[in-house]
Amino acid sequence: MAKDIGTSPDEVQFRFRDDEPVDHATVTVDSCCDQTNATAVRIEPGDDARVLLPFLDRLALVEVNFPSFGDGRGYSSARILREAGYTGELRAVGQVLIDQLSHMRRCGFDSFAPDKRLDEEDAARAFATWENVYQRAADGRATIADKRHEA
Amino acid sequence: MYRYDQYDQAMVDARVEEFRDQARRRLEGKLTEDQFKPLRLMNGLYLQLHAYMLRVAIPYGTLDARQMEMLADIADKYDRGYGHFTTRQNIQYNWIKLEDCADALADLATVEMHAIQTSGNCIRNISSDHFAGAAADEVVDPRPYAELMRQWSSFHPEFTYLPRKFKIAVIASEKDRAAMRLHDIGVRIVKRDGEIGAEFYAGGGMGRTPMIAPLIRDFVPIDQFITYAEACLRVYNRYGRRDNKYKARIKILVHELGAAEYIRQVEEEFAHLLSVGVEPPREELARITEYFAPPAFVDGPKAVDRSDPDFALWVDRNTHRHKHDAYVSAVISLKPAGGIPGDATSEQMRVVARLAREYSFDELRVMHTQNLLLPHVAIRDLPAVWQALDEAGLGSPNMDTIEDIIACPGLDYCSLANARSIPLAQRISERFAETGRTEVVGELKLKISGCINACGHHHAGHIGILGVDKKGKENFQLSLGGSEAEDVSLAKITGPGFDEDGVVAAVEKVTDVYLAQRSDGERFLDTYRRIGMEPFKEALYG
Repeated sequence: MAKDIGTSPDEVQFRFRDDEPVDHATVTVDSCCDQTNATAVRIEPGDDARVLLPFLDRLALVEVNFPSFGDGRGYSSARILREAGYTGELRAVGQVLIDQLSHMRRCGFDSFAPDKRLDEEDAARAFATWENVYQRAADGRATIADKRHEA
Repeated sequence: MYRYDQYDQAMVDARVEEFRDQARRRLEGKLTEDQFKPLRLMNGLYLQLHAYMLRVAIPYGTLDARQMEMLADIADKYDRGYGHFTTRQNIQYNWIKLEDCADALADLATVEMHAIQTSGNCIRNISSDHFAGAAADEVVDPRPYAELMRQWSSFHPEFTYLPRKFKIAVIASEKDRAAMRLHDIGVRIVKRDGEIGAEFYAGGGMGRTPMIAPLIRDFVPIDQFITYAEACLRVYNRYGRRDNKYKARIKILVHELGAAEYIRQVEEEFAHLLSVGVEPPREELARITEYFAPPAFVDGPKAVDRSDPDFALWVDRNTHRHKHDAYVSAVISLKPAGGIPGDATSEQMRVVARLAREYSFDELRVMHTQNLLLPHVAIRDLPAVWQALDEAGLGSPNMDTIEDIIACPGLDYCSLANARSIPLAQRISERFAETGRTEVVGELKLKISGCINACGHHHAGHIGILGVDKKGKENFQLSLGGSEAEDVSLAKITGPGFDEDGVVAAVEKVTDVYLAQRSDGERFLDTYRRIGMEPFKEALYG
């Protein structure tokens, strides 16, 4: 049996979903590939998110761990899952800081469990940093270029 | 020239406010210095030996008179009355106070300027050919493509915490005036069967492990340009090394995987991203391109009165062929003999701004050689331009000569340096100017770095000098045969290093060898390539 890892719903500070959060532990990517019933998984920076693609239908929660805020591999993992059609909860955990929130949101994260709770006001401001955006990303927002050329 | 619309302006304004808020949280102790550091770096703010340094972005090296005047004002208001133009077409201020920084950024934002992503492990300011839009040999003006990339790379949500910094250069001619293949990604805009597309190179760079970028795709259709760049970056973000910052640049990934495997991974990601649809709408490139429409050139004289030999020399040395035959591009040397390469005072900046307004359709360029450029000067106006430059101490006729030295700030400013670069550059340029040898030697690109990080491009110098620390003393290694141009090559070390006096003498000795051995029309680099290292070694150590 894989060791229980992952964050509990109590540790989630920000959540942009209406469904009930998964209330059981996540497993590692390796375990997830071996276990046919796992519905929650945790991705470490060195994991290849694409190995999860065959299992997306049964996953309800993917945690992406940021052991160090400067390691940006988790941003790619998140987008790859969203681009593949994953619609479950995508939770950023670990060293999740104020100034990472807006980019994480754009990459498809819809819940956040920082290892140190963040100031609510600072976080609200951070989520609202960009009224408009230049790039197409996993949040589906119309870009500045789209707006410039909308008929 | 590109102009911000309300969206671009709002992005830059939002960034200023974000930085103000970050600085506040740092002061309130909500951010540790470790957490604050990457944030301030992504706003161009470094902590140097004596003070903070602010690096301001000049996208693809293009700016107008109003912006240059603001750079002068910033120098006076927040610094010590001067600035330093860099090898990536930016400007640095060396004496900025942390508490002034947000105000300086707010001032810059009033003229569509910023310091966004001029540092940090993100996609840096995009550089380009300084003759873009003027050069007779370009396929198209490369700047619209660079601007498209500027927007794509600004605040990119996925690529803000890359393994290491990421530099992109975009050119559009066979000649390479932007050291394109010594960038993390080099792009050459090309035309094939009448269609515009992009040639991509990846994994070049200088630093402690210099590498020339291999070609990774010979033609990316222009309506897939951003998608392909995104694929290159995603592979790097996922698989670039993060265990050792000295092995974290993309050149190491490409080298360790091999170009073929990197290409395979990029192509796979590219195919995937094409299906996702990340490319900006086609109309966006057309919109941007309109801003770069050529100015209204008028016919005029195609030759100058050469009766003043000083003026004639300056015209020969410092002007470049223009696509319109009544115009030239005029290089403004920031390399007076004995001066600090790349430095300009606020007064000089204002002179240059005035000249741009009067004589160059309100356009200026920063060159990667740390000079400035008036891109479109009517040949009939050259005497007036030269006279004004000369009066301001900006008329040195030394483009691409041994006086046109690229040098990093070195130990006079930089906390990474092992040796001083500036005094050495000053001595060499003074020496060659005094002896009149500059003209005799002709084209000779000399580049000096004060440490192995190679900010002074010494690997790419026809003559390169690297300052190292040898048992507590400055020591200078000499290398020969580098080039950052279309004939790109990496310089090779001659042998044991020299002290400061010794390296000045050594540079003279290698030019002796060149002068004795050159055939008609050969540059220093050509002679070196023909005769090899031995004769130079013999003269230096024999």
